[in-house]
Amino acid sequence: MSLATGVPLIETRGIFKSFGGIHALENVSVALAPGEVLGLLGHNGAGKSTLIKMLSGAYTADAGQILMNGQEVRLTSPRTAQNLGIETIYQNLALADNLDVAANIFLGRELLRGGVLDEDTMELESRKVLDRLKVNLPDLKKPVFNLSGGQRQCIAISRAIYFKAKVLIMDEPTAALGPQETAQVNELILSLRQEGVGIFLISHDLHDVFDLADRVTVMKNGKVVGSALTSQISQDEVLEMIIAGKLPRREVLTP
Amino acid sequence: MQSVKSTAAPPRRLLASLGLDARLVFMVAAIAGIWIVFHVLTGGIFLTARNLWNLSVQTASVGVMVSGMVLIIVMRNIDLSIGSILGFTGMFMAVVNTQLFSQNTWWAALLTLLLGLLLGVLVGVIQGTWIAVLGVPSFIVTLGGLLIFRGGAWLLTSGQTVAPLSESFQILGGGLNGSIGGLWSWFVGAAIMVAILWADVRVYQQRARRGLPNRSVALQALLTGASLLLVLAFVLVMNSYADPRSGLPRGMPVPVLLMLGVTAIMMWVVRATRFGRYVFAYGGNPEAARLAGINTRRLTIMVFGLMGLLAALAGAIQSARLNAGTNSTGTLAELSVIAAAVIGGTSLSGGTGSIPGAFLGAILMASLINGMLLLDLPSAWQNVVQGLVLMLAVTLDVLVQQRRAK
Ligand SMILES: Nc1ncnc2c1ncn2[C@@H]1O[C@H](COP(=O)(O)OP(=O)(O)O)[C@@H](O)[C@H]1O
Ligand SMILES: [Mg+2]
Repeated sequence: MSLATGVPLIETRGIFKSFGGIHALENVSVALAPGEVLGLLGHNGAGKSTLIKMLSGAYTADAGQILMNGQEVRLTSPRTAQNLGIETIYQNLALADNLDVAANIFLGRELLRGGVLDEDTMELESRKVLDRLKVNLPDLKKPVFNLSGGQRQCIAISRAIYFKAKVLIMDEPTAALGPQETAQVNELILSLRQEGVGIFLISHDLHDVFDLADRVTVMKNGKVVGSALTSQISQDEVLEMIIAGKLPRREVLTP
Repeated sequence: MQSVKSTAAPPRRLLASLGLDARLVFMVAAIAGIWIVFHVLTGGIFLTARNLWNLSVQTASVGVMVSGMVLIIVMRNIDLSIGSILGFTGMFMAVVNTQLFSQNTWWAALLTLLLGLLLGVLVGVIQGTWIAVLGVPSFIVTLGGLLIFRGGAWLLTSGQTVAPLSESFQILGGGLNGSIGGLWSWFVGAAIMVAILWADVRVYQQRARRGLPNRSVALQALLTGASLLLVLAFVLVMNSYADPRSGLPRGMPVPVLLMLGVTAIMMWVVRATRFGRYVFAYGGNPEAARLAGINTRRLTIMVFGLMGLLAALAGAIQSARLNAGTNSTGTLAELSVIAAAVIGGTSLSGGTGSIPGAFLGAILMASLINGMLLLDLPSAWQNVVQGLVLMLAVTLDVLVQQRRAK
């Protein structure tokens, strides 16, 4: 599905956010359709992480709106965003190292039985979702501390999948990973897209973005430079947008 | 989950494959070693029923508080004020018990205790709020608390010692009337044994039924058997110490029961509740906990409130045992408690700690003090040894962290 055919799954309108004197976001409007992968590009400090923290409820905007399926929503905390089906995979691999795999997957949303943690069911459910992702971890009762970057990223992704993400936000999901693990995560992104999940993908790797994303949005100094379908724009043109903030001459930009 | 993370050295790996926590095994061995050394040095006094009974009562105050300190340290905080809260609430309860509820009835004693516990919670919540909401480091807030509540203990009576307390209240201290006797000790011991057996069998069956990994039957039977024997030995020792007046066995002292109860509840809290899970999650990665939707402020306030509650319970035990409220009760208790927690495997860098480990740490600290008392060492030496033990425990923790970082 694309934006042309319907209401966006999630959309921001005119978001502003500043930290002290720094304008991290100025009048930012982006939109994402169901089953679409949107590449979010820009230099360090462009405001990508701040924008997605807004969408995941970690920050609140100074001004502007966020809409889901056309309805305005107020994302006042990470919990409200999660309840609306917005799941985020953070740049810095937000896992608690000292907790085991199952505890991390269910962190903040533990399954209870009679008011008490239902460890066994959480372990079984974790096993199921990890199997679905073809992730092989022999012992789910071990702290995640010893696991590789890829395995940890898979745990973060399983969390999103178990709780049936409608919008998945991935901030540099493969930055800390080796080539094989990157391929594994990329495969996962495509299969989620197939299931109709809308995905924001922040990445520095233009090749990956062009392989995975339907569309890219470029940001610079807290503002949106422009958006374009990856099928209609070249990597060089996108690079120009990122570096110089210059729009290509041809008519390729989408809203 | 909250056991020590280790880069498995061979003996650790062996213990791990047996499903045992290396730290706990090491601590039990250390305590056994200390006991034997003191037994020899004291010419056979240490390992007598009478001394072990005394040791258990002396462990109670630190043992009651240490599980709270584990949660505090796991959350990357510290509480230096607990000795002063102990003194402040202890003095408060002494005043209440002598002026407000001076009747010698169980309900007057209970009301005194409840008011004291409430004061402890209140003090802890105020400190926790200061830390969580205003963002002042816990080291500073509780250092202030250390001075404030020690001063408060003096101000309550202008430094006057308050005594005597009602006999009903003295029960909490394990004095002459503060044990439950031989018969009840057997009942309690039997109840604990049944509970252990029931819990172990149930967990084992449940995991087996759902196809989750388990220990081998023989090993599980051995471990369960060892736990049961330990309880049996404990009851036997407690019942071998006779009341000098009547010649009847004293049985388990009330403060020891309180300590065991608190330890059991806290183990359950850590293992089975969201609250316990979140404390460890926050300790492992505060940002991850926040992003997972955990209310980390409320969590911090609750943990300090819980610590205040436990310090007040220790205050009741100490005052009841002294049969007086004094403004110096509990001085330096924070250091024994922190030492016990750290020896028991609680890491000052946060995220790691175990309640059973800290409980053993409390026994270890109390054993050292008890042995030094028996040897008639001046209290200045006791302070020196406690200080050294604290430094040694923290050094071990630092070395473990460094090795892990490599
Ligand atoms: N918590 C914060 N406090 C102060 N400044 C911040 C904070 N978060 C981001 N910024 C600033 O906002 C701008 C955008 O940062 P960020 O969103 O992290 O960019 P990106 O993820 O695109 O690299 C930068 O100038 C950064 O320094
Ligand atoms: Mg970033």
